Amino acid sequence: MLGLHLYTLPIFFVVQGVALYAILAGADFGAGIWQLLAGRGERGGRIRDHAHRSMAPVWEANHVWLIFVLVVLWTGYPVAFASMASTLAVALTAAGLGIVLRGVAYALRSVSASAAEVRAVDTLTAVGSLVAPFALAAAAGGIASQRVPVGNARGDLWSSWLNPTSITAGVLALLSSAYLAAVYLAADARREGDAEMEATFRLRALIAGSLAGVAAIAGALVVRSDARRIFDRLFETPAVLSVAVSVLAGAATLALVARRRLDAARVSAAVAVAALVGGWALAQNPVLLPGLTVREAAAPHDVLVLLVVAILAGGLILFPSLGLLFRLTLRGSFTAPPRIERGAPLPGPTSGLAATLTATRLAGASFVVGAAFLFIGDGGWPHAIGVVALGAFIVLGLSALAGEDARE
Amino acid sequence: MTGALTLDPVHQAYLLEARQMQALSFAVHIPLVCFGIAFPAMVLRAEWLWMRTGDEIYRVLAMRWTKVMVALFACGVVTGTILSFEMGLLWPGFMSTFGAVFGLGFALEGFSFFVEAIFIGIYVYGWNRLSARAHFASGIPIVLAGLTGSLFVLSVNSWMNDPTGFDVRDGRVTGVHPITALFGNGHLAFELVHMYLAGFIVTGFLVAAAYAVGHLRGRWGRYERIALTIPLTVAALASPVQLLVGDWAAREVAKTQPTKLAALEGVGHTQRGAPLHLLGWYQDGDVKVGIPVPKGLSLLAFHDPNAEVQGLAAVPAADRPPVNVTRIAFQLMVSIGTFLAALGAWYLYARTRRKSVPSGRLFYRLLVVAGPASVVALIGGWVTTEVGRQPWVVYHVMRTTDAVTAAHGIPIGYATLAAFYACLVAAVAWILRRLARAPMATAAEPERALGGG
Repeated sequence: MLGLHLYTLPIFFVVQGVALYAILAGADFGAGIWQLLAGRGERGGRIRDHAHRSMAPVWEANHVWLIFVLVVLWTGYPVAFASMASTLAVALTAAGLGIVLRGVAYALRSVSASAAEVRAVDTLTAVGSLVAPFALAAAAGGIASQRVPVGNARGDLWSSWLNPTSITAGVLALLSSAYLAAVYLAADARREGDAEMEATFRLRALIAGSLAGVAAIAGALVVRSDARRIFDRLFETPAVLSVAVSVLAGAATLALVARRRLDAARVSAAVAVAALVGGWALAQNPVLLPGLTVREAAAPHDVLVLLVVAILAGGLILFPSLGLLFRLTLRGSFTAPPRIERGAPLPGPTSGLAATLTATRLAGASFVVGAAFLFIGDGGWPHAIGVVALGAFIVLGLSALAGEDARE
Repeated sequence: MTGALTLDPVHQAYLLEARQMQALSFAVHIPLVCFGIAFPAMVLRAEWLWMRTGDEIYRVLAMRWTKVMVALFACGVVTGTILSFEMGLLWPGFMSTFGAVFGLGFALEGFSFFVEAIFIGIYVYGWNRLSARAHFASGIPIVLAGLTGSLFVLSVNSWMNDPTGFDVRDGRVTGVHPITALFGNGHLAFELVHMYLAGFIVTGFLVAAAYAVGHLRGRWGRYERIALTIPLTVAALASPVQLLVGDWAAREVAKTQPTKLAALEGVGHTQRGAPLHLLGWYQDGDVKVGIPVPKGLSLLAFHDPNAEVQGLAAVPAADRPPVNVTRIAFQLMVSIGTFLAALGAWYLYARTRRKSVPSGRLFYRLLVVAGPASVVALIGGWVTTEVGRQPWVVYHVMRTTDAVTAAHGIPIGYATLAAFYACLVAAVAWILRRLARAPMATAAEPERALGGG
């Protein structure tokens, strides 16, 4: 069982991060995959636009879960992280380059003018969306099938992520990403009152969901022959409970999509994917890498305490912010027709000439004081005073020069 | 718990290529970081002026800049991801030994990154959809996260230069105190101030340079004038301050990293009253062809014309950084920084005494140079601190040779990344050109200003 020890807390957060990355960024990758399969013509263009619009406000925030996973892993379990990253170098490089493609394509799309340009850019997005999730899941498959030994690039650079279990994981990741995306996009279309897109993506959700189910069963047989340990553990408690939740939620999603209960389907689809990640984690526990348990891999006690405190404190800022972003997105605030507010002049302190003159003089004085303390001073306090005074010079300078920005 | 478990050192034939790959990734990412630090503040400044005055011109400016901001942020996100991958891909020895010591800095930075990414989404897609006040407010966390993000990333870099907060016993790291390591080291204060200012200087001069090009081509209406003064005013105020901060940084380096100082200045042998050399190159323990300023180095670095300056020969050859790379990068940074400060002073003088932006063409020609030059200075500064720290990854504790991966194929990864980044840079240039040429949107056609989202 997953005992609640300090040394398991960071990996607990890592697994949550992986699950969130899979259901959030996974759907963004899935949207990219649907752009590839949108087909030509005007309808294809509408499918690609719908996919783009839905992920555009959130993809960056969703992407950060990957960074979260990396930093918690390397702080909490440095040797394990170094072993994984060095052996899985090719997979991670491929994933990184796929992510670069997506980011650049996103930036390019906003300035693409013609339909042909948009189409080319969407193809770029799609290539990145195929490579990145496949490579990341294949890397996870390498860890699950014990092909990543402890040590500096000790494992094979290629077979560590191109093996039956990894390829199964990669294919499953692509299908589940496409599945998630189709469910989300159908729900988004419904909210926007776009019946055509709703029908389009409902159909895609049903197809991708069924394929993901078939792939999961076929994949289980592959893993059984390739990585017996993880297979056996997947069907023991507690992992089997999580796997069962995943199967039930996946099946429920199909039923919900078929019955047009799309907001509920959104939740159950996410649960299906998250529970699969959870099942893997429970099956893998307590072994992180061959011969290295979570406990052995963990950083010193004080580091773990600080890391957990930092994550919890960060969560206090993160979750309300994320909540705001998703509330605005799901409420359709970003796709509503724009309304221009007339800029009403706010009453504010009118910076007269006298005030400007004072600010200029004060700025000059701050610069002299700051320069003196920073240049002549020695040690922490004089330097701190110097930095503060020079900061005041910049702020006062900005206020002194603010009024004239528009001088003709 | 065996946090001291470390990986065995290995032989890597392509250490130099690994370092170059890291440097390339960094050089592409860091100008984008500058925009992440400083540009949101400038966009908010324009939006604030719109809210204050009700003048449409400011809203158009803020919306056009928002498009630039979001494109550059997207590229910054993905190039930053490559950097975090490379920590493990290229330097597993460093990560496995010290991940527990400095990792917390990145964990905290991760949350800054989250805040930045979340609110940039809200800000960009909330234009004309949220209320004006709510929209403006959604930009403030982006600016704050730019500052905290700089703090946390630089806490790691400053620790690498001035490592503290742990003990090494029998080659194992023990007694780890991450807070002391990250926030108690002697380099954080000046590195943070130096880099944060650099963010505003690089962004300010680059944006101003774009409008200076327009000015030289006759595009000079009220809109362009406003668009030039907002970034240039910040950069002009920050650049003279940067000279003082840079001098502070150099004096701290002189105290804690004498070998780096010796490399910056090409000091071969330990000497009293060391001269400062401008230009020239380092060869056989001395600067050739340079212009000497007698006792200049002792005076600048230690505020004493007869102070002793430790030479490179004080440490074994294997412990010295590559001198010419470090020194030339340093001289580039200092000379460009001085040029930028002079240009900034010229602008400030014109604004305060003559109550107008400078009018002659010379000033705008120099501005066009100042934009790209500020990026050269930025990268020169990072080369100075990173190459100057060599052969150590953690100063005097771990050598870069012990940090590097054992994996084969570094040149292939390097070449692939270089090809991708060449395309990325070309794409960014194309995007900025397209955005600059986009027709001005007016209040009647707001969607055009955001390209239909």
